Amino acid sequence: MLNSLDLPKVPMSEGVEKAVDWIKETFAWIFEPIKENVPDFLDWFASLLTSVPPLIMILVIAVLAFFLTGKKIGLTVFTVIGLLFIQNQGLWEPLCYTFTLVLFASLISVIVGVPVGILMSKSNWAQNIITPILDFMQTMPAFVYLIPAVAFFSIGMVPGIFASFIFATPPVVRFTNLGIRQVSTELVEAADAFGTTGIQKLLKVELPMAKATIMAGINQTVMLSLSMVVIASMIGAKGLGRDVLSALQNADVGPGFVAGTAIVVLAILIDRFTQLVNKNA
Amino acid sequence: MPVIKVENLSKIFGKKVKEAQSLLDQGYLKEDILEKTGCTVGVNRASFEVEEGEVFVIMGLSGSGKSTLVRLLNRLIEPTEGNVEIDGENLATMDKNSLRSVRREKMSMVFQKFALFPFRSVLENAEFGLEIQGINKEERSEKASEALDLVGLGSFSEQLPSQLSGGMQQRVGLARALANDPEVLLMDEAFSALDPLIRKDMQDELLDLQEKMQKTIIFITHDLDEALRIGDRIALMKDGSIVQIGSPEEILINPANDYVEKFVEDVDRSKVLTAEKIMKRPETVDIDKHGPRVALERIREQGLSSIFVTDRSRNLQGYVNADDVSAARKEGKSDLRDILQTDVPKVEKDTSIQEIFDLIHDSPVPVAVVEEGKLRGIIVRGAVIAALANGNGVTEDVE
Repeated sequence: MLNSLDLPKVPMSEGVEKAVDWIKETFAWIFEPIKENVPDFLDWFASLLTSVPPLIMILVIAVLAFFLTGKKIGLTVFTVIGLLFIQNQGLWEPLCYTFTLVLFASLISVIVGVPVGILMSKSNWAQNIITPILDFMQTMPAFVYLIPAVAFFSIGMVPGIFASFIFATPPVVRFTNLGIRQVSTELVEAADAFGTTGIQKLLKVELPMAKATIMAGINQTVMLSLSMVVIASMIGAKGLGRDVLSALQNADVGPGFVAGTAIVVLAILIDRFTQLVNKNA
Repeated sequence: MPVIKVENLSKIFGKKVKEAQSLLDQGYLKEDILEKTGCTVGVNRASFEVEEGEVFVIMGLSGSGKSTLVRLLNRLIEPTEGNVEIDGENLATMDKNSLRSVRREKMSMVFQKFALFPFRSVLENAEFGLEIQGINKEERSEKASEALDLVGLGSFSEQLPSQLSGGMQQRVGLARALANDPEVLLMDEAFSALDPLIRKDMQDELLDLQEKMQKTIIFITHDLDEALRIGDRIALMKDGSIVQIGSPEEILINPANDYVEKFVEDVDRSKVLTAEKIMKRPETVDIDKHGPRVALERIREQGLSSIFVTDRSRNLQGYVNADDVSAARKEGKSDLRDILQTDVPKVEKDTSIQEIFDLIHDSPVPVAVVEEGKLRGIIVRGAVIAALANGNGVTEDVE
């Protein structure tokens, strides 16, 4: 008696399925052209990266590291050794695909996330609505996003980017909101007292003041989208994730560890480079 | 016509504003209203007028509503009721665009914690208001440089605010406000964050600048010494209401109520009371009319050791000693010029007691108070000490 309320099961899963079907059909005019063209573009971009001889690419990145760090040697050495290791293990091409995936997934997250964060910072009403949505996006197991992603975009890198977008966007939204809300009252008053319009205040005072916080959010977003690489490979996204996945399926400890290490190297490089850009910007 | 006219300006913070407002109209006190409605009365029906070129100080302790009041003047805080007129236009009811242009063109604000933009150079900070108005790069950099020169920071324009000391940072804040060439300058505890010595320098500098610029300045402070030093008139606030408005002297000498009196009690009176308040009517002789005989008579009559000498139109000539006068009388001389001492300590009517105190200490004769060469009064040592002791000075009538 007390074990359950004798009510019919709420048809939630059916509802979600219907909703996904409805979205798929109604927005087909958006999904179809993306499905047609974007995979070709991503392949083209990745092949552009692979077409550069690895050694030259490594050299360019190392030089960049050297100057961005203010001529310190640490990151430069790590760049050279790490990337040479990846190349040596025959993982250069998957690396380029993974980088492409991370790059575009993060770009979309930032392009959408920053304006949403600004909206949240300007309106408590928006903040109250968006915050639980962000919580939902971050805590729902990422695998779950793969299913509608495949429904909308079929398989490959595009649904990978979609899933990554949902999973990785919250930090940049939260940090943008936080950064703008943290601008001191006096500075906001000063902007107002000199007669700024809303846009002037945002561009000339709030965003510059919030920049460091927003950049920290972007860094987190990039790292999260990198963490989606393995999961995205389950729906056919090319890259290092695929090597990890196949190692897992065949219980190959060695190749799995090597591919995993390559992801770690890429993660460290991306993290340090985004932080450097933040510091120098 | 006053530049700023404030009428019945109130601000109530909280949710039940209407209710609080009607309680306020019924004469309830701030605490009662807080208890009954949960609303805080920030400013309670303040009214005052500020004339062009005046330094109007609003002073009160923290929580007295002075910072809220200044923010009502440029509507950084929306008034609950009342009017703020600037040049006859009501700021409290104007639309956003007009408000923006008033803020851009007529009023500038200087903040307690400077509120400089840390990522902008000193020059770019000073340019801010002009940039917001859409003035081109060349013109705004020229005007901003002028403003920086005015506050003595011309050579620091490329530095970042964080590279400057507190006093210099506030000069940048002042330059930023002046670059717009506003009619009204709102200064919210502008010097309160500075250490006492720097604060005094800044006060002096503000007064110097004010002499040149003749802006209308509304200055908020919690420091009575500062208020007395720079204010032409002072409004004292308590619990959101203005309790007294008057010149520094009026406030010191005739405090409107116990609150003001208590406030004023600790003030170093020596800085505030002036020569005019403690001088008394001088005994004199006329150099063209009188000789040693009259002088000696008056000296004896009054029990003096010397007497001031003027000409017919009361221009101060000097003084003569009692001993010299009686010697001259014995020798049968008839002209006071032979024994005239011209080395007289002189002060103006608005000289502070502090300065007089130093002068009078090593002077054999009373200090003369002169106005354009004419003798207006004299100050004896006792009067200075009395004034320092109880603040009321010698209130004998001066002709």
